Parts: sequence; C-alpha cells; structure tokens
Amino acid sequence: MKPSRQRRRFLLAAGSAGLAGAALLATGQTFGQAETRTIKVVAKRFEFQPGRIVLQRGVPVTLELSTLDIMMGFNAPDFHVRADIVPGALAHVSFTPTKTGEFTFLCDVFCGSGHEDMNGVIVVT
Amino acid sequence: MGKTLDRRHFMQLAGLAGVVFASGLSGWPKPAQAAGASAKLDASDFFFVQMSDSHWGFEGAANPDAHGTLQKAVAAVNQLTRQPDFIVFTGDLTHTTDDPRERRRRMTEFKSIIADLKVQRRYLMPGEHDAALDNGKAYRELFGETHYTFDHQGVHFIVLDNVSDPGARLGDPQLAWLADDLARQPQDAPIVVFTHRPLFDLYPQWDWATTDGARAIDLLLAKSHVTVFYGHIHQENHQMTGHIAHHAAKSLIFPLPGPGSQAKRTPLPWDSTQPYRGLGVRQIAAGMAPLRYDILEVPVVGEAA
Repeated sequence: MKPSRQRRRFLLAAGSAGLAGAALLATGQTFGQAETRTIKVVAKRFEFQPGRIVLQRGVPVTLELSTLDIMMGFNAPDFHVRADIVPGALAHVSFTPTKTGEFTFLCDVFCGSGHEDMNGVIVVT
Repeated sequence: MGKTLDRRHFMQLAGLAGVVFASGLSGWPKPAQAAGASAKLDASDFFFVQMSDSHWGFEGAANPDAHGTLQKAVAAVNQLTRQPDFIVFTGDLTHTTDDPRERRRRMTEFKSIIADLKVQRRYLMPGEHDAALDNGKAYRELFGETHYTFDHQGVHFIVLDNVSDPGARLGDPQLAWLADDLARQPQDAPIVVFTHRPLFDLYPQWDWATTDGARAIDLLLAKSHVTVFYGHIHQENHQMTGHIAHHAAKSLIFPLPGPGSQAKRTPLPWDSTQPYRGLGVRQIAAGMAPLRYDILEVPVVGEAA
C-alpha cells in the first residue's frame, strides 16, 4: 500500500536528516564539537613544509606527515605528540591545543648534517 | 675573521683555571670552596679529564680553526702538571657525513690526533654525528663497543649509548644490560655514568633529550651515589634529577646557545676578539673520603686577532 502523502513527506524529511547527519559525521563534526582540521606536513632534509603551522585553541587537528627522502621524526614536545615518518608511508599525530602561544616542533630522528636546523613552529591563536 | 691562535698561545691560555665548581650532590657534605681554590687530593683521590664534541671534519665559519682546535686541546692536556688517570671523550668525535668512507677517514684521523695524548688510558663513546646514520657500524669497527663499564679506584664507570639509534633510544637490550650491571653493584657504590646526550629532558624542543632516558634514570636512582657526565649541547650545564647530578661539558668545536635562548640551535658565532670562546675541557677530581667530585672547567681562550 502506498504511503500517504503526509507520511511520504515525513519519510523524505527523515531521510534528508539522516543523510545530513551522515554528512556531518563524515566531516568529523557532531553537534557541540569543533571540526577536526587535517594539515599536510612534508619533511625533507632539512626542513618541514610548512615550517609554520597556525592552529586555533580548542580546535582538534591532525597532522598528516610524510617524508620526501629518508626516515624522519616529528616531535612537538609541548603537545606530547611524536611520530616516526617512514618513506613511502603517511604518519599522523592528533591533538587539540589548549594554550595560545608559539611552540617549537622538530625532527627527532637524526638525519644528517643539517638535522639541528630542522625546527618549525606551531602558532596557536 | 681573525687569524687563528698558534699552538703556543693556546697552550698558555688553556692552562688558566676556570671556575672551580663543586658538584654539590645531595647527601654529599661540604662542597669545595670558591673559585681559585684547588681541590687537595690525598693518596686515594684521582682525577680524570673529560673532552667532548670535537666534531672532527666540521668546516664552517663557527670555527675557522676547526682543523687545529682538537690538536691544541690535546697539547693543553699534555701540558697539565699532573697527568690525569684517564681521559674520556663524551661523543661527537667526528662531524657527521653521508659518505661511509669519509666517516671512517675522519674517525681514523681523530684516532691519530688523540694518539698524541701522553695518557694512554682513554675511554671513548660515539655521538649521534658518529653513529646515528649507520647505527654505530663504523664506530664499532674503529673504536669498539659503544656501551661498556670499567672500574677505577673504587668507582664504577658506566658508558651508555644513546646515539646509535637515530631516534635517540637506549633500547630495551641496553636497558636490561644496565639493570643487570647495577644489580651487581652495592647500593652505595660510587657510580659515574658517561654518555653523549642528556638522559633527561633538558630541552626536547632542540633534541636535547634521550627518548627512553627516564627509564635509565629510574634504574640509576636506586643507587645513592650516581653522577652523570655528558656532552651534546656544547656548553656547561648542571642539573639534578632527584639525587643524581648531570654535568654537560663544553665542546671543542663551537658553542651552542642556551636552551630556548634563540629561535634555532645554531652555533654561536666565532668572535675573532675572543677566539675559542665557549670551548674547553674539564678536569674532574674524584675524592673518596668523603666521596665527591670537584670539577674544574678549563676554558680555551685566546688573544685578540
């Protein structure tokens, strides 16, 4: 038996809400929480690109890390995150900054003469 | 850029006393007195010299005498009125290179330079510049083990390797070895640890740390008399973790800035009016009754160009 027009409208509305809800979940957003940002960071001897990452306090972030040459390490001591970056693979670190300011990150896997220059800065506003 | 010092001037000035610093470890009575006083050594006492971070093979504006500084340091130590019982090098003997053959050439040259030291008893260890790109392979070929122990005049010395792993880890096998070694020492044994990197988080933002160093410190804290001497940071630094004192040494190549004092850890620039500023070697006088280590920092200083 065909659903009544009223009921069809209700079903369509409910279906749309469901799709919208699925879309919200896919972007990592649920009601009451900030959307997670993903930022690509590429390491090579001897720098990170970008070398300056601007974040917002309270907004969760995932850094997607890769290396163009040899094994590297990403370490942001103030956020207690680090990861080995293996050639050919992506690494991820996720955190939510809780304080504003400027915070150093570095390569913490020795990678040659120039390793000591491999610092960047995370700016939290 | 001024002219480099000739060897005679270096030797004259390197022999000047720096600040006499008493380690002042908690639980040790009455640190030595003020600058200028020499520690009086009785028959049971001995002293050794720490040299660090020669970075043989480095070339750059930070040290226009990079080809001569190590030799001058060797000559200065040879000129000491009383020769030390032994000399320890706390790593970064050579400057890193991607070329395995060049790495071995630098290590061979380093060996031939320090062969001129009068004191034959020398203890070496790698820094990350020596070992991190090949997991210590060349170092072991040319110098031997990267971690080991030795005993001298009642003191138990432990050399730890926190550099052959490029991720600055001691690693589980070495930590197990350390635990086993410490288990065989009396609880109040005088223990001295030599290593390259700080075992604690001195300034991890500049890679001045050991990833699993806290585990080594936890093991060492079970003993009541432990002192650590290390290098890596190219400057003097003295800090405690609990009752353990950690003493970083100056380098023999270029000084580095204080932790976080500038945006990057680039070498402090060479000053031709103060050549060798911030470089030096260290004499450590070990007293047994009471147990103490008196540290004499011997700066390398020079004349104006």
